[in-house]
Amino acid sequence: MRHLFEKQIPLALVFIIGIIMTIQYFVPHPTSQNVYDTSLMWSRAISSMAYVMAIISFLRFHTKRLKNKNYAPYSLVAILSFTAMVLIGFIGGTAKDSLFQKIYENMMVPLQATTFSLLAFYMSSAAYRAFRIRGVEATVLMITAFIVIFGTTTIGNYVPKMNEIVEWIMAVPNLASKRGIIIGVGLGVVATSIKIILGIERNWVGG
Amino acid sequence: MSVRDFFIKLSKIDRKYIYLIILIGLIIPLVFPPNFPQKMSPQVKRVFEFIDTLPKGSYVILSADYDPSVAPEVHPMYKAVVKHCILRGIIPIGMTLGVQGAGLAVEAFTEAERVLGARRDTDYVFLGYQAGGAVVILGLGEDIKGVYKTDYFGTKTTEIYALKPVKNYKDIALVISFSGSSIPVTWAVYAYTKYGVKVAAAVTGVSAGDFYPYIQAGQFIGMLAGMKAAAEYEYAVNQILKERNIREKPSTDAIRMMDANSIGQLLIILFIIIGNIGYFLSRRRK
Repeated sequence: MRHLFEKQIPLALVFIIGIIMTIQYFVPHPTSQNVYDTSLMWSRAISSMAYVMAIISFLRFHTKRLKNKNYAPYSLVAILSFTAMVLIGFIGGTAKDSLFQKIYENMMVPLQATTFSLLAFYMSSAAYRAFRIRGVEATVLMITAFIVIFGTTTIGNYVPKMNEIVEWIMAVPNLASKRGIIIGVGLGVVATSIKIILGIERNWVGG
Repeated sequence: MSVRDFFIKLSKIDRKYIYLIILIGLIIPLVFPPNFPQKMSPQVKRVFEFIDTLPKGSYVILSADYDPSVAPEVHPMYKAVVKHCILRGIIPIGMTLGVQGAGLAVEAFTEAERVLGARRDTDYVFLGYQAGGAVVILGLGEDIKGVYKTDYFGTKTTEIYALKPVKNYKDIALVISFSGSSIPVTWAVYAYTKYGVKVAAAVTGVSAGDFYPYIQAGQFIGMLAGMKAAAEYEYAVNQILKERNIREKPSTDAIRMMDANSIGQLLIILFIIIGNIGYFLSRRRK
Protein backbone atom coordinates (compact mmCIF):
# COMPACT_ATOMS: atom_id res chain seq x y z
CA MET A 1 0.00 0.00 0.00
CA ARG A 2 2.84 2.35 0.94
CA HIS A 3 4.63 1.53 -2.33
CA LEU A 4 1.44 2.39 -4.23
CA PHE A 5 1.13 5.87 -2.68
CA GLU A 6 4.84 6.73 -2.56
CA LYS A 7 5.93 5.34 -5.94
CA GLN A 8 3.26 4.10 -8.32
CA ILE A 9 0.66 6.88 -8.04
CA PRO A 10 3.23 9.74 -8.34
CA LEU A 11 4.86 8.03 -11.33
CA ALA A 12 1.48 7.49 -13.01
CA LEU A 13 0.47 11.13 -12.36
CA VAL A 14 3.73 12.46 -13.83
CA PHE A 15 3.33 10.22 -16.89
CA ILE A 16 -0.29 11.24 -17.54
CA ILE A 17 0.19 14.98 -16.89
CA GLY A 18 3.50 15.03 -18.80
CA ILE A 19 1.91 13.46 -21.90
CA ILE A 20 -1.21 15.69 -21.69
CA MET A 21 0.82 18.92 -21.32
CA THR A 22 3.17 17.93 -24.17
CA ILE A 23 0.21 17.33 -26.52
CA GLN A 24 -1.54 20.48 -25.23
CA TYR A 25 1.40 22.66 -26.34
CA PHE A 26 0.78 21.75 -29.99
CA VAL A 27 -3.04 21.94 -29.97
CA PRO A 28 -4.50 25.46 -30.38
CA HIS A 29 -8.12 24.35 -29.60
CA PRO A 30 -10.02 26.31 -26.83
CA THR A 31 -10.34 23.08 -24.78
CA SER A 32 -6.58 22.71 -24.89
CA GLN A 33 -6.25 26.36 -23.76
CA ASN A 34 -8.63 25.66 -20.84
CA VAL A 35 -6.47 22.71 -19.79
CA TYR A 36 -3.43 24.99 -19.92
CA ASP A 37 -5.13 27.76 -17.86
CA THR A 38 -6.31 25.25 -15.26
CA SER A 39 -2.83 23.71 -15.01
CA LEU A 40 -1.35 27.18 -14.39
CA MET A 41 -3.82 27.77 -11.52
CA TRP A 42 -2.99 24.35 -10.04
CA SER A 43 0.74 25.02 -10.32
CA ARG A 44 0.41 28.36 -8.52
CA ALA A 45 -1.61 26.75 -5.73
CA ILE A 46 0.99 23.97 -5.35
CA SER A 47 3.82 26.56 -5.32
CA SER A 48 2.10 28.44 -2.49
CA MET A 49 1.73 25.21 -0.52
CA ALA A 50 5.49 24.72 -0.81
CA TYR A 51 5.84 27.72 1.52
CA VAL A 52 3.68 26.03 4.15
CA MET A 53 5.92 22.96 3.91
CA ALA A 54 9.01 25.17 4.18
CA ILE A 55 7.73 26.89 7.34
CA ILE A 56 6.85 23.56 8.99
CA SER A 57 10.28 22.18 8.06
CA PHE A 58 12.03 25.33 9.34
CA LEU A 59 10.22 25.22 12.70
CA ARG A 60 10.75 21.46 13.15
CA PHE A 61 14.46 21.75 12.37
CA HIS A 62 15.12 24.63 14.75
CA THR A 63 12.88 23.27 17.53
CA LYS A 64 14.94 20.05 17.49
CA ARG A 65 18.18 22.03 17.59
CA LEU A 66 17.03 23.90 20.72
CA LYS A 67 18.04 20.73 22.63
CA ASN A 68 21.63 21.04 21.38
CA LYS A 69 23.68 23.38 23.58
CA ASN A 70 25.96 24.52 20.73
CA TYR A 71 23.19 25.47 18.32
CA ALA A 72 20.40 26.46 20.72
CA PRO A 73 21.16 30.24 20.81
CA TYR A 74 21.16 30.50 17.01
CA SER A 75 18.00 28.45 16.61
CA LEU A 76 16.29 30.51 19.30
CA VAL A 77 17.17 33.73 17.42
CA ALA A 78 15.89 32.18 14.18
CA ILE A 79 12.55 31.14 15.72
CA LEU A 80 12.07 34.45 17.57
CA SER A 81 12.93 36.53 14.49
CA PHE A 82 10.58 34.48 12.34
CA THR A 83 7.72 34.74 14.85
CA ALA A 84 8.28 38.47 15.40
CA MET A 85 8.25 39.26 11.65
CA VAL A 86 5.11 37.16 11.08
CA LEU A 87 3.28 38.88 13.95
CA ILE A 88 4.44 42.38 12.94
CA GLY A 89 3.42 41.69 9.33
CA PHE A 90 -0.02 40.35 10.27
CA ILE A 91 -0.82 43.00 12.90
CA GLY A 92 0.73 46.14 11.39
CA GLY A 93 0.58 45.19 7.71
CA THR A 94 3.35 45.44 5.11
CA ALA A 95 2.59 48.90 3.68
CA LYS A 96 5.46 51.27 2.85
CA ASP A 97 5.43 53.13 6.19
CA SER A 98 4.78 50.03 8.33
CA LEU A 99 7.10 48.66 11.03
CA PHE A 100 7.52 45.52 8.90
CA GLN A 101 8.93 47.56 6.00
CA LYS A 102 11.13 49.62 8.37
CA ILE A 103 12.67 46.48 9.89
CA TYR A 104 13.19 45.07 6.41
CA GLU A 105 14.86 48.23 5.07
CA ASN A 106 17.00 48.92 8.13
CA MET A 107 17.97 45.39 9.23
CA MET A 108 17.51 42.79 6.50
CA VAL A 109 18.87 44.91 3.64
CA PRO A 110 22.09 46.11 5.37
CA LEU A 111 22.76 42.66 6.92
CA GLN A 112 22.45 40.74 3.67
CA ALA A 113 24.25 43.38 1.60
CA THR A 114 27.14 43.46 4.09
CA THR A 115 27.52 39.69 4.04
CA PHE A 116 27.66 39.67 0.24
CA SER A 117 30.04 42.66 0.18
CA LEU A 118 32.63 40.64 2.11
CA LEU A 119 33.24 38.84 -1.19
CA ALA A 120 35.22 41.87 -2.39
CA PHE A 121 37.82 41.24 0.32
CA TYR A 122 38.06 37.50 -0.29
CA MET A 123 38.29 38.04 -4.05
CA SER A 124 41.13 40.53 -3.74
CA SER A 125 43.07 38.22 -1.41
CA ALA A 126 42.45 35.21 -3.71
CA ALA A 127 43.49 37.21 -6.80
CA TYR A 128 46.70 38.25 -5.06
CA ARG A 129 47.65 34.70 -4.10
CA ALA A 130 46.19 32.42 -6.75
CA PHE A 131 46.10 34.31 -10.05
CA ARG A 132 49.56 33.31 -11.37
CA ILE A 133 50.91 33.28 -14.94
CA ARG A 134 51.88 29.61 -15.22
CA GLY A 135 51.58 29.16 -18.99
CA VAL A 136 50.21 30.53 -22.26
CA GLU A 137 46.57 29.87 -21.35
CA ALA A 138 46.97 31.61 -17.98
CA THR A 139 48.59 34.59 -19.73
CA VAL A 140 45.69 34.91 -22.19
CA LEU A 141 43.23 34.58 -19.30
CA MET A 142 45.02 37.25 -17.32
CA ILE A 143 45.26 39.76 -20.18
CA THR A 144 41.55 39.26 -20.92
CA ALA A 145 40.70 39.62 -17.23
CA PHE A 146 42.70 42.86 -17.01
CA ILE A 147 40.92 44.34 -20.02
CA VAL A 148 37.45 43.35 -18.72
CA ILE A 149 38.16 44.48 -15.14
CA PHE A 150 39.62 47.79 -16.31
CA GLY A 151 36.87 48.26 -18.91
CA THR A 152 34.18 47.82 -16.29
CA THR A 153 35.55 50.67 -14.17
CA THR A 154 34.53 54.27 -14.78
CA ILE A 155 38.25 55.09 -15.18
CA GLY A 156 38.12 52.88 -18.29
CA ASN A 157 35.93 55.60 -19.83
CA TYR A 158 39.09 57.71 -20.25
CA VAL A 159 40.42 55.13 -22.75
CA PRO A 160 38.88 55.43 -26.24
CA LYS A 161 36.90 52.40 -27.46
CA MET A 162 37.31 50.61 -24.08
CA ASN A 163 33.57 49.88 -23.76
CA GLU A 164 33.51 48.46 -27.28
CA ILE A 165 36.53 46.20 -26.63
CA VAL A 166 34.94 44.82 -23.44
CA GLU A 167 31.66 44.36 -25.29
CA TRP A 168 33.47 42.37 -28.03
CA ILE A 169 35.17 40.08 -25.49
CA MET A 170 31.84 39.40 -23.77
CA ALA A 171 29.81 39.06 -26.97
CA VAL A 172 32.21 36.87 -28.98
CA PRO A 173 34.69 34.61 -27.11
CA ASN A 174 32.65 34.58 -23.88
CA LEU A 175 29.41 33.98 -25.78
CA ALA A 176 30.88 31.09 -27.78
CA SER A 177 31.80 29.16 -24.63
CA LYS A 178 28.54 30.01 -22.85
CA ARG A 179 26.43 28.93 -25.81
CA GLY A 180 28.13 25.55 -25.89
CA ILE A 181 27.32 25.06 -22.21
CA ILE A 182 23.71 26.22 -22.67
CA ILE A 183 23.12 23.81 -25.58
CA GLY A 184 24.59 20.96 -23.52
CA VAL A 185 22.44 21.83 -20.51
CA GLY A 186 19.35 22.19 -22.73
CA LEU A 187 19.81 18.74 -24.26
CA GLY A 188 20.37 17.33 -20.77
CA VAL A 189 17.13 18.90 -19.51
CA VAL A 190 15.15 17.45 -22.44
CA ALA A 191 16.63 13.99 -21.91
CA THR A 192 16.01 14.08 -18.15
CA SER A 193 12.44 15.35 -18.63
CA ILE A 194 11.65 12.49 -21.02
CA LYS A 195 13.18 10.00 -18.59
CA ILE A 196 11.10 11.40 -15.71
CA ILE A 197 7.86 11.35 -17.73
CA LEU A 198 8.47 7.77 -18.85
CA GLY A 199 9.38 6.68 -15.31
CA ILE A 200 12.96 5.71 -16.19
CA GLU A 201 14.44 8.38 -13.88
CA ARG A 202 13.00 7.72 -10.41
CA ASN A 203 15.37 9.51 -8.05
CA TRP A 204 12.72 12.12 -7.25
CA VAL A 205 10.53 9.41 -5.65
CA GLY A 206 13.45 7.95 -3.75
CA GLY A 207 14.87 5.69 -6.53
CA MET B 1 66.92 44.08 1.28
CA SER B 2 67.11 43.82 -2.53
CA VAL B 3 64.20 44.68 -4.82
CA ARG B 4 63.80 40.96 -5.55
CA ASP B 5 63.50 40.07 -1.87
CA PHE B 6 61.09 42.95 -1.37
CA PHE B 7 58.72 41.68 -4.07
CA ILE B 8 59.01 38.07 -2.90
CA LYS B 9 58.18 39.16 0.65
CA LEU B 10 55.35 41.34 -0.67
CA SER B 11 53.83 38.39 -2.56
CA LYS B 12 53.58 36.49 0.76
CA ILE B 13 52.07 39.38 2.72
CA ASP B 14 49.41 38.56 5.33
CA ARG B 15 45.89 38.80 3.91
CA LYS B 16 44.76 41.24 6.61
CA TYR B 17 46.93 43.95 5.00
CA ILE B 18 45.22 43.29 1.66
CA TYR B 19 41.83 43.63 3.36
CA LEU B 20 42.98 46.90 4.95
CA ILE B 21 44.17 48.37 1.63
CA ILE B 22 40.89 47.38 -0.06
CA LEU B 23 38.91 48.92 2.81
CA ILE B 24 40.81 52.22 2.54
CA GLY B 25 40.52 52.11 -1.25
CA LEU B 26 36.76 51.77 -0.98
CA ILE B 27 36.13 54.27 1.82
CA ILE B 28 38.14 57.24 0.47
CA PRO B 29 36.18 57.60 -2.81
CA LEU B 30 32.90 57.24 -0.88
CA VAL B 31 33.86 60.13 1.43
CA PHE B 32 35.57 62.25 -1.24
CA PRO B 33 33.84 61.32 -4.52
CA PRO B 34 36.24 61.72 -7.48
CA ASN B 35 33.29 61.95 -9.93
CA PHE B 36 34.79 59.95 -12.76
CA PRO B 37 33.08 60.53 -16.14
CA GLN B 38 30.06 58.41 -17.07
CA LYS B 39 29.82 57.07 -20.60
CA MET B 40 26.87 54.91 -21.53
CA SER B 41 27.96 51.43 -22.61
CA PRO B 42 26.23 49.83 -25.66
CA GLN B 43 23.96 47.45 -23.71
CA VAL B 44 22.75 50.16 -21.31
CA LYS B 45 22.14 52.50 -24.24
CA ARG B 46 19.85 49.94 -25.88
CA VAL B 47 17.62 49.64 -22.81
CA PHE B 48 17.65 53.38 -22.07
CA GLU B 49 16.79 54.35 -25.65
CA PHE B 50 14.09 51.69 -25.91
CA ILE B 51 12.29 53.11 -22.87
CA ASP B 52 13.03 56.70 -23.91
CA THR B 53 11.31 56.27 -27.27
CA LEU B 54 8.21 54.42 -26.05
CA PRO B 55 4.92 56.29 -26.56
CA LYS B 56 3.45 57.95 -23.46
CA GLY B 57 1.03 55.69 -21.62
CA SER B 58 2.92 52.50 -22.54
CA TYR B 59 3.27 49.81 -19.90
CA VAL B 60 6.53 48.29 -18.71
CA ILE B 61 6.75 45.40 -16.22
CA LEU B 62 9.63 45.86 -13.77
CA SER B 63 10.14 42.59 -11.98
CA ALA B 64 12.22 42.98 -8.80
CA ASP B 65 13.55 39.42 -8.77
CA TYR B 66 16.46 40.24 -6.47
CA ASP B 67 17.12 40.20 -2.75
CA PRO B 68 19.08 42.50 -0.42
CA SER B 69 22.36 40.60 -0.93
CA VAL B 70 22.68 42.06 -4.43
CA ALA B 71 20.82 45.28 -3.67
CA PRO B 72 23.90 47.57 -3.83
CA GLU B 73 24.27 46.69 -7.52
CA VAL B 74 20.72 46.01 -8.67
CA HIS B 75 18.56 48.29 -6.52
CA PRO B 76 19.94 51.59 -7.96
CA MET B 77 19.08 50.24 -11.42
CA TYR B 78 15.52 49.52 -10.32
CA LYS B 79 15.14 52.99 -8.83
CA ALA B 80 16.60 54.69 -11.92
CA VAL B 81 14.38 52.74 -14.35
CA VAL B 82 11.26 53.46 -12.25
CA LYS B 83 12.06 57.20 -12.36
CA HIS B 84 12.90 57.08 -16.07
CA CYS B 85 9.54 55.46 -16.88
CA ILE B 86 7.57 57.96 -14.78
CA LEU B 87 9.48 60.94 -16.24
CA ARG B 88 8.58 59.77 -19.77
CA GLY B 89 4.91 59.17 -18.94
CA ILE B 90 5.31 55.38 -19.14
CA ILE B 91 3.48 53.34 -16.50
CA PRO B 92 5.75 50.92 -14.63
CA ILE B 93 4.02 47.80 -13.30
CA GLY B 94 6.16 46.60 -10.41
CA MET B 95 6.10 42.97 -9.31
CA THR B 96 8.45 40.33 -7.96
CA LEU B 97 9.04 36.61 -8.28
CA GLY B 98 11.23 36.58 -5.16
CA VAL B 99 9.58 37.28 -1.83
CA GLN B 100 12.40 39.58 -0.65
CA GLY B 101 12.17 41.82 -3.71
CA ALA B 102 8.84 43.29 -2.58
CA GLY B 103 10.30 45.47 0.19
CA LEU B 104 13.00 46.86 -2.08
CA ALA B 105 10.56 47.63 -4.88
CA VAL B 106 8.25 49.43 -2.43
CA GLU B 107 11.20 51.59 -1.38
CA ALA B 108 11.94 52.45 -5.04
CA PHE B 109 8.33 53.49 -5.73
CA THR B 110 8.21 55.49 -2.48
CA GLU B 111 11.27 57.42 -3.68
CA ALA B 112 9.56 58.07 -7.03
CA GLU B 113 6.55 59.45 -5.14
CA ARG B 114 8.81 61.78 -3.12
CA VAL B 115 11.04 62.97 -5.96
CA LEU B 116 8.59 63.05 -8.88
CA GLY B 117 5.23 63.28 -7.12
CA ALA B 118 4.20 59.97 -8.74
CA ARG B 119 0.76 58.67 -7.70
CA ARG B 120 0.12 55.02 -6.90
CA ASP B 121 -2.41 53.26 -9.20
CA THR B 122 -2.26 56.19 -11.65
CA ASP B 123 1.41 56.78 -12.52
CA TYR B 124 2.58 53.37 -11.33
CA VAL B 125 1.26 50.06 -10.07
CA PHE B 126 2.91 47.66 -7.66
CA LEU B 127 1.48 44.15 -7.75
CA GLY B 128 3.87 42.61 -5.23
CA TYR B 129 4.93 39.00 -4.85
CA GLN B 130 3.35 35.92 -6.33
CA ALA B 131 4.64 32.39 -5.71
CA GLY B 132 5.32 30.12 -8.65
CA GLY B 133 8.20 31.55 -10.70
CA ALA B 134 7.82 30.31 -14.28
CA VAL B 135 4.14 29.56 -13.70
CA VAL B 136 3.53 33.22 -12.78
CA ILE B 137 5.36 34.35 -15.94
CA LEU B 138 3.15 32.06 -18.05
CA GLY B 139 0.03 33.17 -16.17
CA LEU B 140 0.71 36.86 -16.89
CA GLY B 141 0.68 35.99 -20.59
CA GLU B 142 -2.94 34.87 -20.23
CA ASP B 143 -4.43 37.31 -17.70
CA ILE B 144 -2.46 39.63 -15.41
CA LYS B 145 -5.48 40.38 -13.21
CA GLY B 146 -6.17 36.66 -12.97
CA VAL B 147 -2.75 36.02 -11.48
CA TYR B 148 -2.82 39.10 -9.24
CA LYS B 149 -6.34 39.50 -7.84
CA THR B 150 -5.10 42.34 -5.61
CA ASP B 151 -2.01 44.54 -5.70
CA TYR B 152 0.63 44.65 -2.93
CA PHE B 153 -1.46 47.10 -0.91
CA GLY B 154 -4.66 45.04 -1.10
CA THR B 155 -6.50 47.00 -3.80
CA LYS B 156 -8.42 44.81 -6.26
CA THR B 157 -6.55 44.89 -9.59
CA THR B 158 -9.86 45.20 -11.46
CA GLU B 159 -10.39 48.52 -9.64
CA ILE B 160 -6.94 50.00 -10.33
CA TYR B 161 -7.31 52.90 -12.78
CA ALA B 162 -3.93 52.44 -14.47
CA LEU B 163 -4.56 48.73 -15.09
CA LYS B 164 -7.96 49.17 -16.79
CA PRO B 165 -6.65 48.72 -20.38
CA VAL B 166 -4.19 45.96 -19.47
CA LYS B 167 -5.07 42.31 -20.08
CA ASN B 168 -1.81 40.43 -20.72
CA TYR B 169 1.60 40.71 -22.42
CA LYS B 170 -0.06 42.07 -25.59
CA ASP B 171 -0.46 45.36 -23.68
CA ILE B 172 3.08 45.38 -22.30
CA ALA B 173 5.88 47.10 -24.24
CA LEU B 174 8.75 45.66 -22.25
CA VAL B 175 9.55 43.40 -19.29
CA ILE B 176 12.74 44.03 -17.33
CA SER B 177 13.84 41.37 -14.87
CA PHE B 178 16.14 42.73 -12.16
CA SER B 179 18.03 39.86 -10.62
CA GLY B 180 21.18 38.43 -9.10
CA SER B 181 20.40 34.95 -10.43
CA SER B 182 19.25 33.30 -13.67
CA ILE B 183 15.59 34.41 -13.39
CA PRO B 184 15.90 36.74 -16.44
CA VAL B 185 16.49 33.59 -18.52
CA THR B 186 13.16 32.21 -17.24
CA TRP B 187 11.51 35.43 -18.48
CA ALA B 188 13.21 35.02 -21.89
CA VAL B 189 12.18 31.38 -22.17
CA TYR B 190 8.55 31.72 -21.06
CA ALA B 191 7.54 35.36 -21.69
CA TYR B 192 9.50 36.09 -24.88
CA THR B 193 9.50 32.67 -26.55
CA LYS B 194 5.86 31.79 -25.82
CA TYR B 195 4.22 35.23 -25.86
CA GLY B 196 6.64 37.41 -27.84
CA VAL B 197 6.88 40.22 -25.27
CA LYS B 198 10.18 42.11 -25.34
CA VAL B 199 12.45 41.33 -22.38
CA ALA B 200 15.56 42.99 -20.92
CA ALA B 201 17.79 41.89 -18.06
CA ALA B 202 19.25 43.95 -15.21
CA VAL B 203 21.81 41.80 -13.43
CA THR B 204 24.91 41.77 -11.26
CA GLY B 205 28.29 42.30 -12.92
CA VAL B 206 29.53 38.85 -11.96
CA SER B 207 26.64 37.07 -13.72
CA ALA B 208 26.54 39.32 -16.81
CA GLY B 209 28.59 36.93 -18.95
CA ASP B 210 25.84 34.28 -18.72
CA PHE B 211 23.30 36.43 -20.53
CA TYR B 212 25.16 37.39 -23.72
CA PRO B 213 23.88 34.36 -25.72
CA TYR B 214 20.32 35.56 -25.09
CA ILE B 215 21.16 39.10 -26.23
CA GLN B 216 22.73 37.88 -29.46
CA ALA B 217 19.72 35.63 -30.11
CA GLY B 218 17.42 38.65 -29.68
CA GLN B 219 15.73 37.18 -26.60
CA PHE B 220 16.83 40.24 -24.61
CA ILE B 221 16.71 43.70 -26.14
CA GLY B 222 19.61 44.78 -23.90
CA MET B 223 21.12 44.33 -20.49
CA LEU B 224 22.07 46.46 -17.50
CA ALA B 225 25.09 44.74 -15.99
CA GLY B 226 26.49 45.54 -12.58
CA MET B 227 27.26 48.72 -10.73
CA LYS B 228 28.65 50.37 -13.88
CA ALA B 229 25.32 50.08 -15.68
CA ALA B 230 23.53 51.33 -12.56
CA ALA B 231 25.79 54.40 -12.44
CA GLU B 232 25.37 55.11 -16.16
CA TYR B 233 21.59 54.77 -15.98
CA GLU B 234 21.39 56.88 -12.83
CA TYR B 235 23.50 59.59 -14.46
CA ALA B 236 21.28 59.62 -17.56
CA VAL B 237 18.12 59.89 -15.43
CA ASN B 238 19.69 62.69 -13.38
CA GLN B 239 20.29 64.57 -16.65
CA ILE B 240 16.55 64.34 -17.41
CA LEU B 241 15.76 65.59 -13.90
CA LYS B 242 18.10 68.52 -14.50
CA GLU B 243 16.44 69.31 -17.84
CA ARG B 244 13.03 69.29 -16.13
CA ASN B 245 14.32 71.58 -13.32
CA ILE B 246 13.21 69.13 -10.65
CA ARG B 247 14.62 70.60 -7.46
CA GLU B 248 14.75 67.46 -5.35
CA LYS B 249 18.38 66.39 -4.92
CA PRO B 250 18.96 63.54 -7.39
CA SER B 251 20.14 60.14 -6.15
CA THR B 252 23.83 59.52 -6.77
CA ASP B 253 24.13 56.22 -4.86
CA ALA B 254 25.23 54.17 -7.86
CA ILE B 255 27.61 56.85 -9.18
CA ARG B 256 29.37 57.16 -5.82
CA MET B 257 29.52 53.41 -5.28
CA MET B 258 30.83 52.89 -8.82
CA ASP B 259 33.70 55.32 -8.17
CA ALA B 260 34.64 53.29 -5.08
CA ASN B 261 34.15 50.06 -7.01
CA SER B 262 36.50 51.33 -9.75
CA ILE B 263 39.26 52.02 -7.24
CA GLY B 264 38.69 48.56 -5.72
CA GLN B 265 38.97 46.89 -9.12
CA LEU B 266 42.16 48.81 -9.96
CA LEU B 267 43.62 47.70 -6.63
CA ILE B 268 42.83 44.08 -7.51
CA ILE B 269 44.69 44.52 -10.85
CA LEU B 270 47.61 46.01 -8.93
CA PHE B 271 47.59 43.10 -6.46
CA ILE B 272 47.66 40.56 -9.29
CA ILE B 273 50.62 42.33 -10.92
CA ILE B 274 52.58 42.53 -7.64
CA GLY B 275 51.74 38.91 -6.81
CA ASN B 276 53.01 37.78 -10.22
CA ILE B 277 56.23 39.80 -10.01
CA GLY B 278 56.97 38.08 -6.68
CA TYR B 279 56.04 34.69 -8.20
CA PHE B 280 58.42 35.19 -11.17
CA LEU B 281 61.28 36.39 -9.03
CA SER B 282 60.91 33.46 -6.62
CA ARG B 283 60.84 31.02 -9.59
CA ARG B 284 64.00 32.51 -11.07
CA ARG B 285 65.75 32.15 -7.73
CA LYS B 286 64.87 28.41 -7.68
